[in-house]
Amino acid sequence: MAAESSEGAFHVMDQFVLTPVVGALGFANSNFWMLLAGALITGFMVLGMRPRAMVPGRLQGAAEAAYQFVYDMIDEQVGHEGRKYFPFVFTLFMFVLFGNLLGMVPYGFTFTSHIMVTLTLAAIVFVLTTAIAIAIHGKHFLSYFAPEGVSPVLLVLVVPIEIISYLSRLISLSVRLFANMLAGHVMLKVFATFIVLLGGAGALSVLAPLPLALNIALVGFEFLVAFLQAYVFAILTCIYLHDAIHLH
Amino acid sequence: MSGPDQSSRDGKNSSDFEARLERARAGRGLDPLSRPAEGPVGSWGTGMRAGLELVSALLVGGAIGWGLDAWLGTKPILLGVFLLLGVCAGLLNVVRLTLGREKRR
Repeated sequence: MAAESSEGAFHVMDQFVLTPVVGALGFANSNFWMLLAGALITGFMVLGMRPRAMVPGRLQGAAEAAYQFVYDMIDEQVGHEGRKYFPFVFTLFMFVLFGNLLGMVPYGFTFTSHIMVTLTLAAIVFVLTTAIAIAIHGKHFLSYFAPEGVSPVLLVLVVPIEIISYLSRLISLSVRLFANMLAGHVMLKVFATFIVLLGGAGALSVLAPLPLALNIALVGFEFLVAFLQAYVFAILTCIYLHDAIHLH
Repeated sequence: MSGPDQSSRDGKNSSDFEARLERARAGRGLDPLSRPAEGPVGSWGTGMRAGLELVSALLVGGAIGWGLDAWLGTKPILLGVFLLLGVCAGLLNVVRLTLGREKRR
């Protein structure tokens, strides 16, 4: 989280460094922010829904909107059978969303900018959807890799391609979230560095407001990306769930 | 393909009705969230997704080829084969991404 090292040079990647909070337990700042996200989500839903008002207040309205948003997404993408997977998709969506948003808090830490975190989330989705597909379809699941009407000769080629395509979900799902969050925060830091460097550059310091203006726009853009990437992560989970249930 | 899904359960007339209802609702601004099936699509976003799908399939293909090579002792051959298969799988991903879900089924 330190903006610069002891020599005074700027290190844009320092914001992603893991620092031990409770070193003996291997508990790092990343873990702290994950726990905080979990606590905030729980607080948001529990406190938000406490009034149980017919006409919701602000917090209850927000909590209901989040619930309804994910509920509609599942209904639309997976269908009625997908409703029993609502808790999974909702938890995933809120965790990614709060992870992204906590990264926008000053002095915060973006745990979704770590590939190991997003890869773990993607692996949970991957393993779970595969397990659901096998549980529902049993041996028939293998037909997913061998489309109907393909000649046996071509199957030698098609089956490995389909398997690679299926496995590549794991990479694309995790890298998309990780790369978006990493690139966004690096960009913010790079332009923030430009402000300071230009500000101390004598006559050139009149140009310093330019990267400042850009950074203000970028902060807004990053908030959009935070929501968008949580949405994309959840909707891709829904699409994979749909494939697992229907084997398209 | 197997098992009744939603579109086959509805008749032709009802899907026509659904389309008209959707148009009417959209016209009155009752459905503000009429978004496409595969998430928000800007041309930039779709381009990034296509590139990512291509690269990730290539990575998976390369990893499988490399692993099999190390296991079977056929050093460079399977890596090349599976890299090519990875390119095919990546292109397949991109085709599926651009065709959308309805035509894919």
